[in-house]
Order: sequence, then C-alpha cells, then structure tokens
Amino acid sequence: MRAALFVTCVNDAVYPSTGIATVRLLERLGVEVDFPEAQSCCGQPQFNTGYRRETEPLVRRTARAFAGYDYVVTPSGSCAAMVRQHYPAFGDAAATAVAARTYELTEFLVDVVGVTDVGAYFPHTVTYHPSCHGLRMLGLGERPRRLLEAVRGLELRELPGADECCGFGGTFAVKNSDVSAAMGQDKVRNAVSTGAGVLCGADNSCLMHLGGIVSREDAPLRPVHLAEILASTEEEPWS
Amino acid sequence: MSGTYLGMPAFPAAAKEAVGNETLRANLRHATHTIRDKRAKAVAELDDWMLLREAGKRIKDHTLRHLDRYLVQLEESVTAAGGVVHWAADAAEANRIVAELVKATGESEVVKVKSMATQEIGLNEALEAEGISAYETDLAELIVQLGDDRPSHILVPAIHKNRGEIRDIFRDRMGAWGRAAPEGLSDTPGELAEAARLHLREKFLRAKVGVSGANFMVAETGTLVVFESEGNGRMCLTLPETLISVVGIEKVVPSWRDLEVFLQTLPRSSTAERMNPYTTMWTGTHDTDGPSTFHLVLLDNGRTATLADEVGRQALRCIRCSACLNVCPVYERAGGHAYGSVYPGPIGAILSPQLRGTGSEIDASLPYASSLCGACYEVCPVAIDIPEVLVHLRERVADQGGKGHRLEKAAMKAAGWVFDHPRVLAAGEKAASRTRRLHPSRLPGAGAWTNTRDLPKLPPEPFRDWWKKNRAQDRGKGARPAGSGTQGRDAHGPGVGGPNSDDRKDSGT
Repeated sequence: MRAALFVTCVNDAVYPSTGIATVRLLERLGVEVDFPEAQSCCGQPQFNTGYRRETEPLVRRTARAFAGYDYVVTPSGSCAAMVRQHYPAFGDAAATAVAARTYELTEFLVDVVGVTDVGAYFPHTVTYHPSCHGLRMLGLGERPRRLLEAVRGLELRELPGADECCGFGGTFAVKNSDVSAAMGQDKVRNAVSTGAGVLCGADNSCLMHLGGIVSREDAPLRPVHLAEILASTEEEPWS
Repeated sequence: MSGTYLGMPAFPAAAKEAVGNETLRANLRHATHTIRDKRAKAVAELDDWMLLREAGKRIKDHTLRHLDRYLVQLEESVTAAGGVVHWAADAAEANRIVAELVKATGESEVVKVKSMATQEIGLNEALEAEGISAYETDLAELIVQLGDDRPSHILVPAIHKNRGEIRDIFRDRMGAWGRAAPEGLSDTPGELAEAARLHLREKFLRAKVGVSGANFMVAETGTLVVFESEGNGRMCLTLPETLISVVGIEKVVPSWRDLEVFLQTLPRSSTAERMNPYTTMWTGTHDTDGPSTFHLVLLDNGRTATLADEVGRQALRCIRCSACLNVCPVYERAGGHAYGSVYPGPIGAILSPQLRGTGSEIDASLPYASSLCGACYEVCPVAIDIPEVLVHLRERVADQGGKGHRLEKAAMKAAGWVFDHPRVLAAGEKAASRTRRLHPSRLPGAGAWTNTRDLPKLPPEPFRDWWKKNRAQDRGKGARPAGSGTQGRDAHGPGVGGPNSDDRKDSGT
C-alpha cells in the first residue's frame, strides 16, 4: 500500500518530529510513504478568516501535489477536514478528487490499514484532547482512544471536559486572544488535574497553543502529538 | 434592533472585560454546564433525535422557500378567524403600529409575554416614548427590566445575575414599578419567586392590553403558539381584552403536523424538558373567551435580506432554543452582553450581522467571535451550520475592507504567495530554523499571542529537509513511486525539537 504524506505547513516548519514519526509509523506498518514536495499549506487559515480568493491558489497547488495518490494521509484532523469538507466547494475537479482520498492519520490506521494495535510502547501517563475538527467535522470518534489504549505501557487518564474546544481556532487565537487564552488555560488546568505527564493531541496547532500556555505557566505537562506516541517502540522509545 | 446597543465596542474589547470578571465567569460556567448536561440527557432519550432534527430543518427550509405563499395563507387564516394582520418592514414601523394600536384602546400600560422579536425592535423603549408602560412578566425579563439591565441570554435573560443580586434589585426597585417586595426579603428561590408572583399578579389583573411574540404561526389555521414555563404567558394571552403579537415572518410553519416535530425538539433543546409546562395556542378571537381583539404584526426587519443570501439564510431556521449558547465555550467566557444584541452566542454572531448588516464595529466583529469548534452546529435542533455561516460572513466583512482588514488581506495574500512558491517557503523555513536560538518566547507587537502564551521553539531543520536527507534518494525526486517501505535506511535522525523542549528527540533509528 502506498500513501502520500500531507505533513501540513505547521508540522513541516515547527513540528518536523511529528512528520518523521508519521513516516516511521506508517513504514513500520508496511505502508510505502511518499512526500510530494510540491505540497505546502492547505489554505485553511485564509479560508477560515474569510479570504476565499486568496485560498484558491493553495487549493489548486495541494490538489496538483497529491493528484494520482489513492491515499493522502495527514497527522492533522483540522487540515484533513479543510481538504475533505471544503475543497469540493471550490469547483476544481482535482481538488474534489483529492478531498475524497484524504485521511486523517487515525482514520487511515483504523479504517484503511485496519489496525488498532500498532505495536507501540510508551510508558507514560497520558491524557488525550480530541481536537474539534477531528471530533466534529471528521467524526473520528473512538479511533484515537482505541489506538492509545492498545499502546503498551501507556496509562490513559480521562480528560475532564475533553470535547470542549481548547481555544486555538486559527486566527481566533489572536483576534480574540483573551477568550482564546481563557479557554486554553481551562483546558490546561483540566489536563493537569488528571495527573498525567503527557497531554496528547492529534493536531499540533492546538498543541502549539496549549504548549504555549503550559510553557508560560510552567505546568507539569508535555504536549505530544499522537503520531509520536504511536511511533514510539521499546527499541526506539520516544524521549 | 434596540437602541441600547448602538455604539457597542467590538466583541474582543467587550469580551476582555467579561473574561476578567471572575464572578461572572463562575456564574456562567455553572449555569451553562448544568443546562448543557441536562439537554444532552433529554436528547439522548429519543432514538429518533437525528431524524427529528432533519425533519425540523426540512420543514423550515421548505417554508422559507415558499415564504411568500405561506405568509399570505397565514394572513387569510388569521383574518378569517377574527384577527387583524399588519405588515412591518422594519423596527420603526412595527413600533409605530403597536403604539397606535395601544393608544386606540385608550390604555397606557401593557403586560408582556417574553418575546425576542419585541426585544429586537426595542418595543418597550418605543412605547415608553409614547407614554405607554410595558411590563415584562417573565421572571428573568422582570429582573432585567427592574435592574435597568440588558438580557444576556435568549432563554435565561438574567443568567449573569446571582440570587443576591436579584434580591437587591427586587428590594430596591419593585416599589417604583408597582407592588413593593415584602419586608425582609431573603435570597431563597421560593421567596424571590413569591415576591415576583405578588408583584405581577396586580399587573395581570389590571391590564387591558397584552403584547406577545410567538414561537410558531400555523399558516393553515392562523394559529399562534407560545411555549413557556412560568404561566405568565398564559395570563397575558388570555386575560387582556386586546392582544397584540409581534412575530418575525420566519416563524410561520405550514400545518399543525409540522408542530409535532418542534413540540419535541424545542423543549428538549432549550430547557431540557420533555415538554414545556405551558403551551398556549390561539386562533383569532372568540366571543366568550380570551381577548376580543387580536392584532398580528408580521415583522421583516432584515429577514428578507437574510433570506436572499443562499448560505446565510439557514439562520432563519432558528427556533430560539439557546442550545448553541449553552454549549459555546466562547459564550461561556465572554457572556451575552459582549455580543451587543438581544441575540447573543453563536446564533447571535450569525443573526445580528445579517439582520443589521456589517456596518458597525460590533456587527463586523461578530463573525470572528468563534473558534469554529462546531459544538453549536452539533446541538442545533434545526441543523444550522453556524461555522459555515460564520466563515461566509467573514468573507463579507473582509470584502468590505474595513478597519484592519486591508492589511490582513495583504498579509493573507503574501502568505498565500509564499505557500504557493515552496522554494521561497523552504528558504524561509531554513532561515527561521538557523536563527532559532535568537527567537524570544515573547515578542513585542505580537502581544495578542505572547501575553499569555510562549511561542514554540523552532526545530533545527524543517521536515522537508529531513525527508531530503533520509528518504528522497530512494524515491527519485521525492514525488511519485517506488521505495521499498522497509525500515532502517535513515541516516541518523537529527535531534528534532518539540514544542517545549529542545532536547525532544525524534525516536530515531
């Protein structure tokens, strides 16, 4: 099975460890991974802020970059949702085609590869924040949890108010920074209350926002992308 | 809408104040979480909830598509049943009609059923200017009126007040409006309710004119429907001689059968009840019972313009249940007043800028008052895709190029260009990575982010560089085919930093 990795612009520039983990995880499961270098940003920041025309070149670029692949896999529920839910409305055949073949990582693992135990080892206490676009737009449901529950050594702690937004929201984080920060601080407080050492998420943009609060408040938490937990093994543990 | 909202600051400024008010946040958190959890339970009882939701959506869409026909049918039915129908294009016209109708009765006071439409047009203030006193009889609306305050929630207008504050308002203000609060009034719910009951009873028994809105109007029979919990509505709708109902044109449904759906979805979505305590339905007038004169004022006030917008028109499906407010994390922290409208929360953020236009600072800021988390859409009993409409309205605001948006557009265009030119992007990423040790975690001028959050530390190299070094040689140019998919070909992975830790290593081979 061959899949194209849509790493996302945030992961490319700021969180390459998530991209690398996704490559290693998929290869370990026997998936042949390509990285079409023509890819860049899916256009979500422009689109969600009301700049549809400025989004169009990015939609066309993304559609061209991933044309011809049966599976496009991305470690971001938010970017996957942008492609899948909004690309068809741009009236570009290539974009519509890519939309139907784009999978968020946990969907790809559970629905396409057909695994929930990916052979991972991660001896830490973890609490999981399901980011909104994955949760509501893609309907990821129990997939991330099932994957985490199968990780050896991992102790999963229930996050109170898990399905509430963390407050990132793209440009919302700066346009309404006071409300955004208040939401993030509540989320971090809830995560700390679980006693878990790791705050896991499947969207690094949310983790960037929460990580920024964790760092500022010196909270006893490490934000870690789900892909990095699933890539971690006894032989090659995450650290 | 009401003049009291003119000159409101943009949402972020108003929200900032609320976020800093610990008491308000605690009140709102407690209230919204309680009703949110109850709603979830009430909805979970019905196996066919999603079907009811879809049915409600379709009934509303069908009606809106043929609104002209159903409104004319409604007018005929109401007239045939003995009512008089008036058409009001905007708030001023509706207010003028109601004031003249009241004056024609010779009365100078009216009792009111809780109504969003009359709040929307600022009817109380307009009547006051004509020397007519309008008394709110819903408990929460009474609290708001006595406190010279503004509602902050569609269903629970005084959600921002606690019991102690309500006791003080009753004690200090009731006397000026009618029967004073009993001596030594405490802040127990029972005593507060009894004080309101005694105060209002006088008004019900004296009033000759009642003013209401309606939750639904049935076109086939000309029947109006009000859902309520306290019984004050039933008093206002049955005791006065004259009843005047001001209702938005989108509240019409074709038939009684359609009510079956909303009788189930509205109470469960709003008060989390299987059925609301009082449902009053009336059709025109009767010789022996109820008001002998009935006027229906059909209100447009921006609704036709909203209907003309293919994406935005779904906001007209709204049945004012408030489920979106109760589940909204932004509403919970910003409070209702920050929305500068009688319609707060997610629905307000898409309704107000459509009904009023996006000309004012507050209306232009409302479409951005959301993280687009989608919780509102999930709970909406008529499936209004609020995030979709928010983004659509952001386009409208961005297009009009107001304050800050020209610069933002240029920035979005520039970012789009960079992302469309990966070589420039790669060079930028590389430069950023190389200089990463110089990046401060707080930046001057970037305060909107860094006042409360550190910036992420950048990695030594972007992902695409790692790929080039470790995988691309196997794949031709990194695009397209081939590659064995086996492990262990990596050059030793570089130490790639994570969000908070420069020493967070990749789990390298």
